[in-house]
Amino acid sequence: MMDQLLTLLWTMAKILMIILPVTIGVAYYTYFERKVLGYMHARRGPNRIGPLGLLQPFADVFKMLFKELIVPTNASKFLFLLAPLLSLGPALAAWAVVPFDDWLVLADIDAGLLMILALTSMGVYGILLGGWASNSKYALLGGLRAAAQTVSYEIAMGFALVGVIVLAGTLNLTAIVEAQSGNIFTWYWLPLLPLFVIYFVSGVAETNRAPFDVAEGESEIVAGFHVEYSGAGFAVFFLAEYANMILISALASLLFMGGWLSPFAGIPVLGDTILGEGGVHWFLLKTVVFCFLFLWFRATFPRYRYDQIMRLGWKVFIPITIVWIMVAGVFRVMGWFGG
Amino acid sequence: MPIIEIVFYLFSTVLVLSALSVITVGNPIHAVLFLILSFFSAACIWILLQAEFLAITLVLVYVGAVMVLFLFVVMMLDVNVTSVKEGFARYLPAGVLVALAMAVQLFLVIWTRGMETVPLPAAEEEGYSHTSMIGELLYTEYLYAFEIAAVLLLVAIIAAISLTHRRRPETKYQDPSRQVRVKRDERLRVIKMKSEGEDA
Repeated sequence: MMDQLLTLLWTMAKILMIILPVTIGVAYYTYFERKVLGYMHARRGPNRIGPLGLLQPFADVFKMLFKELIVPTNASKFLFLLAPLLSLGPALAAWAVVPFDDWLVLADIDAGLLMILALTSMGVYGILLGGWASNSKYALLGGLRAAAQTVSYEIAMGFALVGVIVLAGTLNLTAIVEAQSGNIFTWYWLPLLPLFVIYFVSGVAETNRAPFDVAEGESEIVAGFHVEYSGAGFAVFFLAEYANMILISALASLLFMGGWLSPFAGIPVLGDTILGEGGVHWFLLKTVVFCFLFLWFRATFPRYRYDQIMRLGWKVFIPITIVWIMVAGVFRVMGWFGG
Repeated sequence: MPIIEIVFYLFSTVLVLSALSVITVGNPIHAVLFLILSFFSAACIWILLQAEFLAITLVLVYVGAVMVLFLFVVMMLDVNVTSVKEGFARYLPAGVLVALAMAVQLFLVIWTRGMETVPLPAAEEEGYSHTSMIGELLYTEYLYAFEIAAVLLLVAIIAAISLTHRRRPETKYQDPSRQVRVKRDERLRVIKMKSEGEDA
């Protein structure tokens, strides 16, 4: 009993050690986004609070926490308050199986990749219920759009991951990264290039980010599913969205870009320096690059029309993934990649 | 009591209560949500049995996809709760009969195996993977059954789509490939004309 309690407490401590950095990462991701968008628009972005505006995220957090939490009349109050938590829970829980280095993972389970797929697929309930419980037309429309979009792109995303599973021969994330070891050309972005692109674009669509942000669509449906949310409820939705974006970036770097492996591995001069050795720093660097892509997309592309989003998912992405899964199977059988 | 048992009783209580709530709550949305909760609790109990592949698949397929569509459809429907409840007394005898028949069937199934307690399977050695064992069984021993089930599902999908699909000529539809292939000459005409100044 006692040692079980200790295990429980130790696991709790490890969970905190993951959740705290993720939360701080989310805070600075919002700062990063505003800076990047600012410079892409030829302005400076936040620069008033703290040096270079570095304390801006905390100012935002405190502002949101002290604002009044308004529950709309005739809203389903319990679900209205539950919905943000339902979207945050899976977004944070999925980090349990993400390996940061070959020894640094909270739960090294066999079906890690499936676990992440299952958890991220549950995130849509928060949005759907938030939209429904608000008792508002715009929120309901946003929720329905988000649900249809997430379910559609989940299929393309799942198929893209099947290609990775075929080459790696395992569902364990640590083993998938280790299967890619070699050099930059043995990482799976090269043999699975179409799946890599489809995975990341589907990830953008799954997180309802620009150019697929019709669930928010402020030019059509005000702010979509979170139009009625204020203060802390809105903040939690925000937190979940950004945590999901970081998760998608982390997964893209784990599954296609070799995770913590060094791109210079195998070059003799760099052998055992920090550049040649794999480590957490490479994983974080790759993740940040993908995070930056999300922002770059937002500053570059106009919003897709809703029917075009559906067409892209069902008629373009899914057929390509099915074809490329077969190609991956050929790679595997011929022994060109994976083994 | 070991923690694993506390967790088991917690999840099974939630499972039973939420399954009961599915048929007792008035609001159809709440009923769907309780169904989702009961699926999820069932998946958690499976994980306690180390059947992590089945549990995750249950969450992935039912909670993550099927129930989202369910919720989607129920949100769109305008269900009148009072009219649904009207026939309660009239349908009660038939309902009780069906429930009794199902209870007897369940009882018979359980009875043939007996009600003795089955010990937990012995812990597997290091490196044993349930997921790859399921894969191996499905693709070797039960290959035909598995493939036939897959083909049946495919036929069902195609049948369902072809039954419900209908062409509606009145709907406005844009063909993206035609939109992309559009040429300047089809849209734009350069004309020469005199200026229409104010003094003309």
